Amino acid sequence: MNPSASPLLIGCAAGFSGDRVDAAGPVVDTLVARGGPAFLIFETLAERTLALAQLRRRADPQAGFEPLLDDMLRPVLARCLAHGIRIVSNFGAANPLAAARHIRAMAAGMGLPAPRIAVVSGDDLSGESHAQLLRAQLGATMDGIRKVSANAYIGAEAIAAALNAGAQIVVAGRVADPSLTVGPAMSHFGWRADDWDRLARATMAGHLLECGAQVCGGYFADPGYKDVPDLHAVGYPIAEIDSEGHCVIGKAAHTGGVVSLAGVKEQLLYEVHDPAAYLTPDVVADISEARLTVAGPDRVALTGVRGHARPASLKVNVCHEGGWLAEGEISYAGPRAEARARLAADVLRQRLPELALRVDLIGALSIMGDDAGRLLQNTPAGDARDVRLRVAATHAERARAERLPREVTALYCCGPAGGGGVRTSLTPRLNTLSCLVPREAVPLRFEMLEKV
Amino acid sequence: MSAAYITVPLYRAAHGRTGDKGNRSNISVIAWHPALYPVLLSQVTEHVVAQHFAHRQPSRVQRFELPGLAALNFVLDEVLDGGVNDALNLDTHGKALSFWLLDLPIEIPAELAPLLAGPD
Repeated sequence: MNPSASPLLIGCAAGFSGDRVDAAGPVVDTLVARGGPAFLIFETLAERTLALAQLRRRADPQAGFEPLLDDMLRPVLARCLAHGIRIVSNFGAANPLAAARHIRAMAAGMGLPAPRIAVVSGDDLSGESHAQLLRAQLGATMDGIRKVSANAYIGAEAIAAALNAGAQIVVAGRVADPSLTVGPAMSHFGWRADDWDRLARATMAGHLLECGAQVCGGYFADPGYKDVPDLHAVGYPIAEIDSEGHCVIGKAAHTGGVVSLAGVKEQLLYEVHDPAAYLTPDVVADISEARLTVAGPDRVALTGVRGHARPASLKVNVCHEGGWLAEGEISYAGPRAEARARLAADVLRQRLPELALRVDLIGALSIMGDDAGRLLQNTPAGDARDVRLRVAATHAERARAERLPREVTALYCCGPAGGGGVRTSLTPRLNTLSCLVPREAVPLRFEMLEKV
Repeated sequence: MSAAYITVPLYRAAHGRTGDKGNRSNISVIAWHPALYPVLLSQVTEHVVAQHFAHRQPSRVQRFELPGLAALNFVLDEVLDGGVNDALNLDTHGKALSFWLLDLPIEIPAELAPLLAGPD
């Protein structure tokens, strides 16, 4: 592919695993209508998604990719291929190869010509061959844990290389979210991997896209303060990126939601720590002097982003088995409901001295409190009349954790008056360790599916 | 006349969103109007925010300034009871924390009142 100077459109149709599967249709319709070079990305990984995918792969070697892959892609695959809209995603999760094979079979089943599918690999460090590398960073912490997954956050270079080699669909695992946008931009404009300013600008375009509807009025509405039209039909974003990397964020036509200055500001700072140093595998982006301006209806332009040399190391998340989470709930209503809920919590504390209980009074104080119960303790008992007591605890041993649901259930007959609606659950937990590894220790590659 | 200040909750002067990475939370505080930004700068300080979240016992609170966006970005370390995989909270991401901060009372010069969001 030859580098181009024409603007690039990148639409995003998923911001997390479990996002809406009807998002892609209007995005693709808009890309087709606007014409010109275009990509569609799906971002479907979060901190624990990969560990859950790895568990599914253990149970079934053909599983371990995004469970909604089929539902997300099937409605738009034919149109994307017909109109030259290429697809880039991390929906390969713990098994990009199986995801690619699934897409190939899907295309065949739909009677479409076989798409050129590239599989990016190298991020998965869960195998034995990487155990030394992880132990060198995490030390003795690695001993005695039951590892479920270990993945490096990798960057855009392998994606760009796959696109340069003619891939129509690129399937990756733990690629950093913004790299899904940087890869297509690098390939389209022919940027070098050390063109820090341009990479940083595309990174922030990717950052605005990566949570899907969150930049289009999703996760923004607050009635009377931040009103969003037709939130039920909120659209997904499309970035228009120029050859310098500057972007204008818009959204799919004929959808609800709004692309506003206020909403784009919120998303620009979402999950950012030091604005002068937003770290990704591709670049260190600096938004400390960023500016946003309205560029038309539902269009906001981002400028003022600068870049610095990328970090020498890559971030790795290691997920491991973390014992059991036990939860139980029971409701109290009417006069003295809160007093009865608080009494029920006292009963549970005395019956379960070996568990560190978290107590929430839903309807009075939950969410804002802390696991140690400091805020609850310091909040005088009120007279809330519709209260749901929720308790939670964790324990390494299942048998110990199981005592919590049993004691909550026992409140039916042995607790305060009028308790109802007991629900309990016991779920295995996953815990996370993070470390940095030298970039050179994580060789990355892509392969075209037909050669795999 | 110089004492003409009104006390309002922060949400009338600013909006924001919470993000999380591990056991660390970031909360943006974005002025509804650039003229309100200096009020945020002087009153929504690291110390005030640390006090507001005292029950979560943050090990460090940092404030970053973004004058071009009329926004502040707060980073609160070890404030999520372990983070998304470890906390016992229903809201393990701490998604609701921005609205806890937006309840903070602040004092606004009365002449800026027309710039405030929402009903009086």
